Amino acid sequence: MAPVTRGFGGRQHAQQPELPPGQYLVEDFPVLSAGPTPHVPPDRWELTVTSETGEQLRWDWDAFHALPQEDVVVDLHCVTRWSKLGTSWRGVSLDTLLADVETSADHVVAHSYGGYTTNMPLDELLHHKAWVAHTYDDEPLSPEHGGPARLLVPHLYLWKSAKWLTGLTLTPVDEPGFWETAGYHNEGDPWREQRYWGD
Amino acid sequence: MTDHEPTHLTDADEAAVDDAYVDGNALAGDLLEIFAMDMTTAVGTCGGCGRTAVLAAARVYRRAPGVVLRCAGCSHVLGRIVRAPDRVVVDLAGLRSISARLPD
Amino acid sequence: MAGAALLGRLTWRTATARSFTAETASARTIVLEVPGWPGHLPGQHVDVRLTAPDGYTATRAYSIADATNGDLVSITVAEVPGGEVSGYLAGAMEAGDQVEVRGPLGGWFVWRPEDAAPVQLVGGGTGLVPLVAMVRSRARAGARTPMRLLCSVRDPGSALYSAELALESTRAGGVAVTWQHTRVAPPGRAPGRIDADVLRAATFAPSARPTCFVCGPTPFVEAITALLVDLGHDPARIRAERFGPTGGQA
Ligand SMILES: Cc1cc2nc3c(=O)[nH]c(=O)nc-3n(C[C@H](O)[C@H](O)[C@H](O)COP(=O)(O)OP(=O)(O)OC[C@H]3O[C@@H](n4cnc5c(N)ncnc54)[C@H](O)[C@@H]3O)c2cc1C
Ligand SMILES: [Zn+2]
Repeated sequence: MAPVTRGFGGRQHAQQPELPPGQYLVEDFPVLSAGPTPHVPPDRWELTVTSETGEQLRWDWDAFHALPQEDVVVDLHCVTRWSKLGTSWRGVSLDTLLADVETSADHVVAHSYGGYTTNMPLDELLHHKAWVAHTYDDEPLSPEHGGPARLLVPHLYLWKSAKWLTGLTLTPVDEPGFWETAGYHNEGDPWREQRYWGD
Repeated sequence: MTDHEPTHLTDADEAAVDDAYVDGNALAGDLLEIFAMDMTTAVGTCGGCGRTAVLAAARVYRRAPGVVLRCAGCSHVLGRIVRAPDRVVVDLAGLRSISARLPD
Repeated sequence: MAGAALLGRLTWRTATARSFTAETASARTIVLEVPGWPGHLPGQHVDVRLTAPDGYTATRAYSIADATNGDLVSITVAEVPGGEVSGYLAGAMEAGDQVEVRGPLGGWFVWRPEDAAPVQLVGGGTGLVPLVAMVRSRARAGARTPMRLLCSVRDPGSALYSAELALESTRAGGVAVTWQHTRVAPPGRAPGRIDADVLRAATFAPSARPTCFVCGPTPFVEAITALLVDLGHDPARIRAERFGPTGGQA
């Protein structure tokens, strides 16, 4: 048994009932980084959606902003146990981005500048549950938080909301991404506390 | 690092966010626990650029869901360590080889 | 000694705080008693683990500040604003309080007193901690190895171990110590960061082929190692220890 360190409480980690199990509330917005932060100028940014047949849709910054924009307020749950409530974002719904895509694939891999990947079932991105966001709190999304644009899938742990998003690839077969191949749960539902393999 | 910073950064810290790494040396404890020998003095060959260096000199990003070890030359991911309550997952696939001196 | 300590299973040992020394307004040295401590080499660190009453734990790395001294292990911790672990260690912890440590750790950023090559130490803020362990081990061993220390701090009040190092640099055969102040310098000296001119004036030339140990906040270490390479030092002779973006304040 480890000795208790008298006088040490740790950063607030008491659980709150309105949060998913094992999460604690933060007021700031922690920055996690698994590598150097890419600095992509918007005029060199692009987003592609590639279907399993290789067909590709492509938006540059202007074309992306010409799409219908939505404002959303969502809660964020990071697998490192912090949750942040009521964050406001502006971006394009995945329903809009995927509307004209012919596909029979069931899975998606998100690709980021810098090489990060994460996977999820296509269904998790549809029905007004996911966005590609470029504005946070009325300000252009900063590089530390994934700007120019990041995926926002707030009903899953935040590692699924790929920062620095540049591509979505539709795949017939599930292809686990960066953390999913290294011990983290393939689905990542915070309410079912799907943190690690086997959870 | 938080959004409403930076009030307590040191002099040279303007670019703090991109300096959010430490050295492989800082992983000595985790690696010793896993391999039962000091791996920070082992020499690894980067699978990205072929650079050889002691693991102590690799870059470590650990303000993340897991620990990510990157090549100091080309930033290629050399390895990842994820700690779950009942297990540790280690992936060193980004290293072409590791040469470690055996304890006498 | 430390070689043997690296073998075998790594275990967490209970450590009890025995005494504290204030080093600056925000940093203090903590002497921990660790029964069965196997000894260490200067430059090595320990992982320190704190456990809250509800079982929550937090672990951080801290360099060992002193030469091997039986079961006593000293660390020097600077409080990082909002810092979870440094706030406790530099603030609330009292004599008798317990943490766990594992180590000694790391076989790379170490100096061996039997090594004859000249040694150049360059530290920023709390990056001085593992370097002072090298200075102390050299004195303890009675070694004559040429060794110089250059430290960068914001102002004179942020300098760790300043009285001890003043004595060391005047001792016959002691280590030459130079302070560089980035914000506020003592009368008669201009504040500024370490640049090539400072390095040329206060450190061994590349031709002396020193082993260089550079430690401090990550941006500091980046800047110094680049300057040393530009001056002509062999990158293979430069060893670095980055404390992270906030880990180097003193
Ligand atoms: C090998 C090694 C040796 C060390 N030796 C010493 C030593 O001798 N003395 C000493 O005082 N310190 C030392 N450090 C630093 C120490 O381990 C802690 O990082 C430091 O005490 C801060 O911990 P904390 O829990 O107080 O801060 P945290 O609560 O972890 O962080 C405090 C604030 O700083 C930010 N922050 C901290 N680290 C990062 C990061 N990497 N990226 C982005 N933001 C960050 C946090 O977001 C938060 O706002 C060493 C570090 C290493 C790797
Ligand atoms: Zn490489």
